Amino acid sequence: MKTIIQSFEKTVNTFPDKTAVNDEISSLSYTELRDSAKRIGTSLAVSGKRKGAVALYLKKTPVCAAAMLGTAYSGNFYVVIDTAMPVERIKSIFAAVKPFAVIYEEELSESLNDIGFEGLSLTSAEALSAEADDKLLSEIQCKMTSTDLLYCLFTSGSTGVPKGTAVTHGNVLSYTDWFINTFDITSETIFGSQTPFYFSMSVTDFYSSLRTGAQLAIIPKKYFAFPVKLVQYMNEKKVNTIYWVPSALCIAANMDLFKYMKPEYLRTVLFAGEVMPVKKLNYWISYYPDVKYANLFGPTETTDICTYYTVDRSFEDSEALPIGAACDNCSVAVISEDGKECAPGEEGELYVGGPFVAAGYYNNPEKTAEAFVLNPLQSAYPEIVYKTGDIVKYNDRGELLYCGRKDFQIKHMGYRIELGEIENAALAEEGLKSCACLFDKINDKIIIVYEGSLSEDELLSALKKRVPDYMMPAVYKKLAAMPHNSNGKIDRALLKKEYCPQ
Amino acid sequence: MEKLLEILEEVKPGVDFENETELVDSGILDSMTIIRLVTAISDEYDIEITPLDLVPENFNSAKAIYELIERLSD
Repeated sequence: MKTIIQSFEKTVNTFPDKTAVNDEISSLSYTELRDSAKRIGTSLAVSGKRKGAVALYLKKTPVCAAAMLGTAYSGNFYVVIDTAMPVERIKSIFAAVKPFAVIYEEELSESLNDIGFEGLSLTSAEALSAEADDKLLSEIQCKMTSTDLLYCLFTSGSTGVPKGTAVTHGNVLSYTDWFINTFDITSETIFGSQTPFYFSMSVTDFYSSLRTGAQLAIIPKKYFAFPVKLVQYMNEKKVNTIYWVPSALCIAANMDLFKYMKPEYLRTVLFAGEVMPVKKLNYWISYYPDVKYANLFGPTETTDICTYYTVDRSFEDSEALPIGAACDNCSVAVISEDGKECAPGEEGELYVGGPFVAAGYYNNPEKTAEAFVLNPLQSAYPEIVYKTGDIVKYNDRGELLYCGRKDFQIKHMGYRIELGEIENAALAEEGLKSCACLFDKINDKIIIVYEGSLSEDELLSALKKRVPDYMMPAVYKKLAAMPHNSNGKIDRALLKKEYCPQ
Repeated sequence: MEKLLEILEEVKPGVDFENETELVDSGILDSMTIIRLVTAISDEYDIEITPLDLVPENFNSAKAIYELIERLSD
């Protein structure tokens, strides 16, 4: 198998009439999804362009899924654009990736004008109106290789110039092989999809569905504010597997949702993207003790995930979940500042090798060279590994623990401190819903920003019991509400801008 | 009401909360913002907003939110 399309077509042949992807209002069977994708693929392929970028300025709908596959049919790669993204940021993404075509939502035509795009632009209806040219599309598939790009994904929430991680067909095939085997994804699986298509986590549930005949039930975003409707929807669609950001899982715990309303079909609950507060996970476990839970860990640059931990024992609220061990067909190493492998218990940077590692940053040789480097542990042949910027260490059980981002690791009063450790201590406190620690380098101060019923003094005295003096925040800032970025994660970049002088 | 408008302004700056009547339906308040808002008003007014109170109708205007608070304060 060299491309996602080949794998997908195999599924279509096995499960032609099964629902592939649906949302609140529309639904596509596997056959319908393939036919739509081929029509879109043909309308792109007739341009003659191959290995080019196609921007998908579309909402998260079954049609967007068809456009993603359609782009792959045409021998090009896609970039999904957040339809709520400011025009200026879209412009900078377009400047980096230089799309030759855009498929857009008709109602967004005005914004597309503002972007000033001059290539081939098609509404989704126009793209779907082409007659599928099977001969042309199969010629394209013949010429493709597994190292051709499938998509380019821009990291969101960060400041400055956006970086587009270029991910190949081979990356996604290798990665989903692991995911499908590890979590028993089959044609019986029904995913309740939370994450946006422009976020790496969606790659996991989308492509593992397409390869197994599972169903991707797209959950309308607004339901996360109206949890009774959320649960009704999940029950109606018989969702049995979810792969969500912890912030979304915390909604249920924070409002004691299961006291009122319970998802009935859940079997597997997976999470990634930020640290899962154990206290909130314990809430889920108390209602669903038999569900399989796993903490997945990894960056967009390793397709989505590189290590994982299946929850196999109980944890105290104040403990942190391990990130476990490397995924099958992925290699990880903990590397010290001087490029040597760390001893167990010693903190170092996580490096990842193997076929999940992306091709690099599109049109960005400098950033690529900084992060996609030669393996420091062997020099016999050129082996590219990805430097994650994450600080990790092994515990006594041989499990990897996440310590924090390299850029969050601070030096304060002579101590090396992981801000994540302070957050963890705070999150164990009753009455604290979420928090983020920041470091004001200029004034050498730790700042904790939080949301919850605790007063600033109460949080201070609670933390005193849990962390050493040198880790105590100097500034306590209670917010009515934590800001979140478009992926649903805490918006740390925004908080930093607000509270730390640059 | 003053206090509520202050909270709204903090949760989502730059909206004409006094006059807007389609906060949810028009997408001004997205899901994450509503969750944050609920947390903020539960703490401020010391009320328990249960998932059953979380329906779009209760959040479409400052007035509707205020009525919800009053109802739950009784």
